[in-house]
Amino acid sequence: MISGGDLGFKKLHTINRRMFIISAAKAVVFAGIVARLFSLQINENKKYLTLSDKNRLREWRLPPVRGEFLDYFGNIIAGNLKVYQLHVVPEQVENFKYLMIRLKEILQLDDDKFSKIIKKKNTQKPWETLIISENLSWDQFSKINFYLHELVGAKPVLSLARNYPYKEVFTHVLGYVSQASSNDLINNEIIKRSHVPGLKVGKVGLEKTFENDLIGVNGVQRYEVNAYGKRINELDHEKGQKGKNIKLTVDAEIQKLSNELLAERSGSINIMDIYTGEIIAMHSSPSFDPNLFVYGISQEEWKLITENPLKPLINKSISGLYSPGSTIKPLVALSALENDVISPNFKVRCKGKMEMYGQTYHCWKEKGHGVMSLRNAIKQSCDVYFYETSRKLGVDRLNSTASKFGLGNTVLKSVLIDEKKGLFPSTKWKKNNLGTGWVLGETLLTGIGQGYIQITPLQLCLMTAQLANGGFKIYPKIEADKKQETYKSIKYKMAQNLLNKEENISPIKKVGEKLFKIGEKKYTPLFRNPENVKFVLEAMFGSTNEIMGTSYSSRIEDTKYQFAGKTGTVQIKKITESERELDLKTSQIPYEDRDHALYIAFGPYKNPRYAVSIIVEHGGAGSATAAPLAKKLFKLIVDRHELREKIKNQKLT
Amino acid sequence: MYQEITYSGQTTFFQKLRSFDFILLICIFSIGIISSFSMYSTDGGELLYHTKSHILRFLIFFSLMIALSFLNIRFWHVIGYLFYAICLALLIWVSLYGITASGSQRWINLYLINLQPSELMKIAIIVCLAKYYHRSQISDVNRIKNILIPITILVLPILLVASQPDLGTSILIALSGLVVLWLAGLNIKYFIYSSLVFIISIPFVISFLEPYQKLRILTFFNPDKDPLGAGYQIIQSKIAIGSGGLTGKGFLKGTQNYLEFLPEKHTDFIFTLFSEEHGFIGSVLLLLIYAIMVFRILKIGSISRSFFAKLFCYGFSSAIFIYISVNMSMVLGLVPIVGSPLPIMSYGGSSMLATMIGFSVVMSSKIYQRQLIS
Repeated sequence: MISGGDLGFKKLHTINRRMFIISAAKAVVFAGIVARLFSLQINENKKYLTLSDKNRLREWRLPPVRGEFLDYFGNIIAGNLKVYQLHVVPEQVENFKYLMIRLKEILQLDDDKFSKIIKKKNTQKPWETLIISENLSWDQFSKINFYLHELVGAKPVLSLARNYPYKEVFTHVLGYVSQASSNDLINNEIIKRSHVPGLKVGKVGLEKTFENDLIGVNGVQRYEVNAYGKRINELDHEKGQKGKNIKLTVDAEIQKLSNELLAERSGSINIMDIYTGEIIAMHSSPSFDPNLFVYGISQEEWKLITENPLKPLINKSISGLYSPGSTIKPLVALSALENDVISPNFKVRCKGKMEMYGQTYHCWKEKGHGVMSLRNAIKQSCDVYFYETSRKLGVDRLNSTASKFGLGNTVLKSVLIDEKKGLFPSTKWKKNNLGTGWVLGETLLTGIGQGYIQITPLQLCLMTAQLANGGFKIYPKIEADKKQETYKSIKYKMAQNLLNKEENISPIKKVGEKLFKIGEKKYTPLFRNPENVKFVLEAMFGSTNEIMGTSYSSRIEDTKYQFAGKTGTVQIKKITESERELDLKTSQIPYEDRDHALYIAFGPYKNPRYAVSIIVEHGGAGSATAAPLAKKLFKLIVDRHELREKIKNQKLT
Repeated sequence: MYQEITYSGQTTFFQKLRSFDFILLICIFSIGIISSFSMYSTDGGELLYHTKSHILRFLIFFSLMIALSFLNIRFWHVIGYLFYAICLALLIWVSLYGITASGSQRWINLYLINLQPSELMKIAIIVCLAKYYHRSQISDVNRIKNILIPITILVLPILLVASQPDLGTSILIALSGLVVLWLAGLNIKYFIYSSLVFIISIPFVISFLEPYQKLRILTFFNPDKDPLGAGYQIIQSKIAIGSGGLTGKGFLKGTQNYLEFLPEKHTDFIFTLFSEEHGFIGSVLLLLIYAIMVFRILKIGSISRSFFAKLFCYGFSSAIFIYISVNMSMVLGLVPIVGSPLPIMSYGGSSMLATMIGFSVVMSSKIYQRQLIS
């Protein structure tokens, strides 16, 4: 009993002692749990709140609405069209495979397109919208709606897509949009920020140049979703912002006419306001329909464009390089007059050819023009006269005049990235680039616009414009300015600038302007003596409006429309003596060997406002092919002039 | 000298009623209420199946607990081995004819409820071992024979439950059993030796684990490895608790809950939901109630005269503590995920029944605290 009690006591002692140890352990563990709770809920609360929000909130970005392009008169030349699209959010589809097979049947997708969609699905997140079709026909759209009850997860939606109502007319000005590529995303931060599946971005032309203004701001829908991605409720809908509309200086009517005039031909037409530098039309032919690219161009259509020998993809107005041919003669004449190399009375006898150092240089007129004065030489485009003039002038002095008037340099600067500089040769250039000395014969060729010289049609247009406005510097532009300068104020500035010509400006002011580069000075005179410019313009009038003038047959007698111009015919191939004897008609020569036909003009002659340059590749003689186009153009240009002035004045008020 | 005072047991009903432990009762009842609201929240703020059946079960088993409390503590001593034998038989039955759900054979269909014998075994093991040690002298405890018998008693149900497979419950049974062995005075060296053996055998044990159990252990060490797979539960649970903050998101406002990010929110992860909605303050309060409960049972044990009652109360107090801490540590990402319900809070009839039986034994110890068992 006693021992049992002892033992009982010992037993009790043991159990109580051990229980105490356990109790202490319990307290420690509970304290540990509290500490853990504290660390999660108090210390790391922010982190977990963010994670919890990330769990439950999901954003859907809506495609931004792209800004539109308008012509000078407010016509939409690149707009947005309502289209029916078919979207699928894979996450919300129970049986994706079944749905896709059904859709393939209903929409009659070909295998190629089908596998493309499947591929795309695998590259994007399950909650991102998968675009099955970007442009459903009405037939397809109604069919989808008819079967909609069995197509769980398919959503026919009304969306906006780029549309070019003028089709091929503005392709080379505007460029086109197409699906944003991975390169677009890498190179443009704004595209990356606004990207949603199916986003279209500008690929070339102004669509690309003004991408950041056009793209707009995404709308955002915020939803609360459950663990299975199902939308529970919409929390927030941020409205997007449409991209900026961009107004251009071009006139859709004139552009359209340019397109028609060059139909089936390869070439370019450029029209410019000679005072403001506004580009009225800039067309390169052949063109193509940019709408094809919006939904992804098909293989065959792409092949048709790329394999066309007339090269529709090249914007010939700014990237096509040509010899100016005789269209350079007014400039050569001006340069010679400005440098006092010749006077208007300087005479040369043209016998149809000219010999120098054993080489024969031919005039286009085999029989020769006889004794020529400068005015007649421009009017009848006498090559021999200009051989002689340029020999006296030298290529370097000609080069300096040509550079002043815009040859050998980009016209639109950075607006269009594929613009080429072209080339106006000089002795220095040849030494640096070809390593050999300049040969006098090359000066003769340059004097009639052949040889090394390479210009773009837009440069030629700028040159004509700067001659036609009396010889003042202008800066061409294609985006319409908010504040417009009136014709009168420009005229006034030109007169002012003429008074303060270089020699009249104090040397201090001159140095200051050079150092600080106070903008690029507009409307500065590019000549020494205004009479020289007047003389050249008058000679061009003769070329178009007087008998024996090269473009006499294209003249308009009504002074309202009357214009002055200069033809150009550019040899593509060196003509051999035997060929010269054959004297083939244009149609008898293979296409790629035919001459380029060129024409520059300005009008109306009484009070010139517009300059035109026309190039028809392999069109034969400039007088026969290019000049008649100018006649049609000037009719429309002058008719549109009043309306254009009205719009310009409206904006001022 | 030492006169045994036999306790007549001739007290009236009201005397018995008065000697109920009301602190413990209040704890149990308040957790019952809290759990009902939590269940209401898991049902998305509607009185649906889970809530209704949880409230109903709580009321039934709570009444049952009160009723059973009137049984003399001697009754539990008498049926100690029988209770264990019945549970063991049921476990064997389950392993042969049990209902399988989510890959585990755990339940017996009793028409009204699906009984999970492993849950009952959690209590039975304590009752049985308490009875075994009631009479044994401290000097006998460490004899080989007296070691082998309780080890066998303990190992049989562990193996049966583990083979269901139900790792969580078998661990809980093992831990509650071991605590009783420890309290009974088993030499500390055995614990040291066996834990050494255990550590060495871990690699072998792991090779016998089911793939999903291995994954859970791996996941515990690196939950971010597979955030949508095995790590999902623990990551979402931590997000829910962490985002609760100091005061919680508010009742019925736990976004992790109603947007269905929480796994097993009715059962093992009920604390996660509670903690998300009521924050740090709510969680600590709940933990405090549990702590009061645990230490209250301990107190009852310490005033019980019979060694059986004392050992049971100490054992049960520790077992409850183990359930709570394992469950909470699990949802807090402190230990790997093993299936272990939170007493009373979690949805589940068998677990509730077993817990209530345990409480009734404790209550009986309180009422019959001076009862000696020969």
